[in-house]
Amino acid sequence: MKATVLVRPKPGILDPQGEAVESSLRQLGFAVADARIGRVVDLEVEASDAAAARAEVERMCQQLLANPLIESYEIELQ
Amino acid sequence: MSASGPRIAVVTFPGSNDDRDALHALDQLGASGVPVWHAEERLPDVAGVVLPGGFAYGDYLRCGAIARFSPAMHAVAEFAAAGGLVLGICNGFQVLCEAGLLPGTLRPNESLSFLCRDVVLRVEGADTPFTSRCTPGQRLTIPIKHGEGCWFADAELLAELEAKRQIVLRYEQNPNGSIGDVAAVCNEHGNVMGLMPHPEHAADPLLGSTDGALILEGLVEAARAASPPLATAAAQV
Repeated sequence: MKATVLVRPKPGILDPQGEAVESSLRQLGFAVADARIGRVVDLEVEASDAAAARAEVERMCQQLLANPLIESYEIELQ
Repeated sequence: MSASGPRIAVVTFPGSNDDRDALHALDQLGASGVPVWHAEERLPDVAGVVLPGGFAYGDYLRCGAIARFSPAMHAVAEFAAAGGLVLGICNGFQVLCEAGLLPGTLRPNESLSFLCRDVVLRVEGADTPFTSRCTPGQRLTIPIKHGEGCWFADAELLAELEAKRQIVLRYEQNPNGSIGDVAAVCNEHGNVMGLMPHPEHAADPLLGSTDGALILEGLVEAARAASPPLATAAAQV
């Protein structure tokens, strides 16, 4: 089963990469008020059903893929 | 190498690059540095551990995120839990945070620039083994060289650490955006400390400052006091 994890800096956490990209987009003439940069992890998970896959990916996020101090995550199953 | 000095392990991960500098500085300061490859499942008989600077596992995912799964790190965690002295320098600090042995985490510098220069630090806590040679308020000049040295803790955690006196060093002038100007933190028991500046690069007059030697000498002295149970036992036989 394919799963996608979206990892984002939590609201309020300084994201200097996002700020640099926002500034560059403005220089290109785009009206951008904010840019935040996260990470995408595409996974192929072996699981019996969607609920089991989601539970497994949830554990992956908690143990490795995201740092709960500074990052939030979302899991999408396909 | 000092044959009689306390044995202190320096763990080399794939991508570590300050391990030899740490070994050299420890030897110069009267300890006996013991190189340990990250794949070792057990630590040798040592009275302290240094996790050196570098880019363990290429800093993939997040700095220190992969290194904490090294077999040697399981042994280091057990060693720390038993009260063993553990000092993480730069990347070693990042690894200790990811491993949950130290509070907070390290993020990209506010400026996004890699910083490589001397900074002035203020000693907040002189009651850890690592700062026993320092006095509270003392200024130390020690170099930093990092791209991700911006230490982060939320307001609640920072207040808790300040109340428990776990903030050990602060920057006089914050170079990287660290919350609270924090340059070094220790665990609740004070036997594990991490710092972004490199004491091993300021341990010899040739390097322009010997202030880093104060930190390493603190470790060496504490290791000497803690060690070596095996040698003592052998001497009594």
